[in-house]
Amino acid sequence: MISSSLLAAFQTLLGKENVLDSEADRHSYAYDAAVLDPVVPELVLRPTTSEQLGKTVALCYENDLPITVRGAGTNLSGGTIPSKEKGVVILTNSLNKIVEINEQDLYAVVEPGVVTAKFAAEVAKRGLFYPPDPGSQAVSTLGGNVAENAGGLRGLKYGVTKDYVMGVNFWNTQGEYVKSGGRTVKCVTGLNISQLMVGSEGTLGVFDQIILKLVPPPVASKAMLAEFDNIDGASQTVAAIIANKIVPCTLELLDNATIKYVDDFTKAGLPRDAAAILLIEVDGGHAALVEDDAAKVLAICKQEGARRVVLAKDAAEKNKLWEARRNALPALARARPTTVLEDATVPRSQIPAMIRAINQIAAKYRLQIGTFGHAGDGNLHPTILTDRRDKEEFHRVEQAVDEIFDVALSLGGTLSGEHGIGLAKAKWLEKETTRATILYSRTIKKAVDPKYLLNPGKVIGG
Amino acid sequence: MTQDLHALARMLMELDDQMVACMKCGMCQAVCPVFAETMREADVARGKIALLENLAHEMIRDPQGVQEKLNLCLLCGSCAANCPSGVKVLDIFLKARVIVNTYLGLPPAKKAIFRGLLTKPALFNSLLDLASKFQGLFTKPASEVIGSSCARIQAPIIGERHFMPLAKKPLRKIVPSLSTRPGKSGYRVALFPGCVVDKIFPNVGQAALKVLQHHEVGVYLPAGQGCCGIPALSSGDKDSFDQLVLHNLELFEKEHFDYLLTPCATCSATIHEIWPLMSGDKKESLRDRIQAIASRTMDIGQFLVDVLRVAAPAAGTGVRVTYHDPCHLKKSLKVSEQPRALLRSNPRVEFVEMADADRCCGCGGSFNLQHYDLSKEIGTQKRNAIVAAKADVVATGCPACMLQIADMLSQHGDRVAVKHFIEIYAEAL
Repeated sequence: MISSSLLAAFQTLLGKENVLDSEADRHSYAYDAAVLDPVVPELVLRPTTSEQLGKTVALCYENDLPITVRGAGTNLSGGTIPSKEKGVVILTNSLNKIVEINEQDLYAVVEPGVVTAKFAAEVAKRGLFYPPDPGSQAVSTLGGNVAENAGGLRGLKYGVTKDYVMGVNFWNTQGEYVKSGGRTVKCVTGLNISQLMVGSEGTLGVFDQIILKLVPPPVASKAMLAEFDNIDGASQTVAAIIANKIVPCTLELLDNATIKYVDDFTKAGLPRDAAAILLIEVDGGHAALVEDDAAKVLAICKQEGARRVVLAKDAAEKNKLWEARRNALPALARARPTTVLEDATVPRSQIPAMIRAINQIAAKYRLQIGTFGHAGDGNLHPTILTDRRDKEEFHRVEQAVDEIFDVALSLGGTLSGEHGIGLAKAKWLEKETTRATILYSRTIKKAVDPKYLLNPGKVIGG
Repeated sequence: MTQDLHALARMLMELDDQMVACMKCGMCQAVCPVFAETMREADVARGKIALLENLAHEMIRDPQGVQEKLNLCLLCGSCAANCPSGVKVLDIFLKARVIVNTYLGLPPAKKAIFRGLLTKPALFNSLLDLASKFQGLFTKPASEVIGSSCARIQAPIIGERHFMPLAKKPLRKIVPSLSTRPGKSGYRVALFPGCVVDKIFPNVGQAALKVLQHHEVGVYLPAGQGCCGIPALSSGDKDSFDQLVLHNLELFEKEHFDYLLTPCATCSATIHEIWPLMSGDKKESLRDRIQAIASRTMDIGQFLVDVLRVAAPAAGTGVRVTYHDPCHLKKSLKVSEQPRALLRSNPRVEFVEMADADRCCGCGGSFNLQHYDLSKEIGTQKRNAIVAAKADVVATGCPACMLQIADMLSQHGDRVAVKHFIEIYAEAL
């Protein structure tokens, strides 16, 4: 229990309305989007200024309260589930100012609670582009995106969140202000702490301001949809496109199971017998160049055995082509009560092997699995449809997930392309790395967080 | 007490199959108007569902705390319309309100209103007739363009509201009842004006009748109509709701008609969706009767455009009119193009879209009464969008939205008239 004097101290610091301690409020911060058991925090705090944030962190640390920072709570690996003992949640959604968008120097400074899509829209209004587009961008926060190194559909061509982080300023456990990185393209001042913060999942410091890189937007784009009779054809197409020195901004794949679920849901008349669909979009700074690339990609699709390719003529047609991809998750999510969305990632040449393995695993454990994802960067989303209330079935789900990770690692891949390790995957980390990697990471953590109170248990366990 | 909580948990477990579909993705945060203001997780659908689940699994000890959160909801359905896994959020919340209310009991004031008044249409009506005569004593006109009033003296219920006064003559006094045969159209409809149209906006009801007459549609307008029941149900009073459903059902079953039309988005959605939804505990024969009326119930604009196929577009000039999508039309019934088509068919109307036309106005029925500050914050954003669109008139399809929007515009002194789309369509005939 948190003492009444400490509670009063938080209330004085933040104002009563920003200290949430009622049972109902606390229960609504016990989970995130991962399929894991909720953990109810002791207290939920909402600082509204940078200074309050620093003091809140220091006060929690002084009083041995484990801190979990939460933006929109869309994490898929349990990174925002509070600690079991005396867990405190610090909300960033009142720290939601875009401090600066600099059109001359192509950067922006934001507070951690700014919503990704709102930021991207503000940037677009000024004729600039912030490319990272995680699936949850309509609600996810930039602080969360940086802490998880979030990806998205544009990863292949434009990279992921880490490629846009120029600086991170944060509070350490003592409530002291740490600055890292800067506003210049080139900056080698000090250790590259900003990039250490990227993907640190709240274990090393509490973000206060983030400096993000902006780029000029593409002026033209062209989308097409290709159907394949076998998954190898789709995969060879991906390889051939890249071998031809074309980097599409989107290269999305839907496997046969997903196609069927989407068709059941939308009744859009999708090719139910196709082994895979590829949704390909090329973009660039010059319309003629994009036309050219689109024509080349079209030819490659046919040459690699696509049985049908549809090229969108205008924005309306493009929107229609995207519909199947947009409906992938909604269709899968509706099929069964519980949706376990994984993000095992393999080198792109291994996609056919990975999808075959996933289908074998589905058969072996008698599970429904639909796979879709980012074929260009090998980041697949095997999505297991189940009911977590059915203990026997859910046990098979857990076994299947174990096996999916084993296969991904054996193909030279990784546990997580973009969802993070959090609580859900911490136990597999050693399999991909080494014991020494984990101990090295823990040594770093212990040095900056000797009491182990910054989102303890996440990523590196301990 | 623990024993009792066990009973409450068991009742809530009936909703488990629906609640488990929520994958906690949090996408509802993007569209919830209440969350946009408070930014508290318990105010958004995901948070409320988590609370109900934990109450059902006996992890929560304070049902009152959950009830408070449950009531802080406009029931606008924005979350359900935007939900990737298709969770039927409104079904869950309405049923949960009934369950939690049955357990905790109805507050005395609500009990008096629903049980003593709303379920007795004749008494309710005569009381309001009386009020209409005396309202001038306590209120004064606030805006001539909008026709709103505000309090003359300090009155706790009115507060700072600019409200639409009760009509001098309600619709049921102007047109007590009607039973006409179909003309050229070949259709005969029943008309359910709804309480707010009857008592505050009789002109909307008259416009609806004018339009139906013009298109030679036969009309059945029975006297003695009761409320559709949604105010009682959203407060968790299923008994009063059931009484009202039965009262109206018996009334409308007396004559034959093809469709039951209402000019009120909330009444349409309630009769079409909520009546059958809440009839699960009834005998099959009664369920069938409810379904028979519900499936033929539609918005008047939808009927005109989809069934009668009127409203040829005219490139109009003159009055700038914008349109606000009532949640119950767009999100519940998926009706959004038809009212716009009717507005565009008026040659004296220059139609303009406002930003976020389908964002909730913040009324939410009794939400406005219980959480006026929050309702006003949400409504002010709607007002800002209307003003930014430089509209002379804002049209909509729900009298409850009309009340809220009129209040917001009037308080800001904006000279923007508030009308139902059927009034504007009727003007052109």
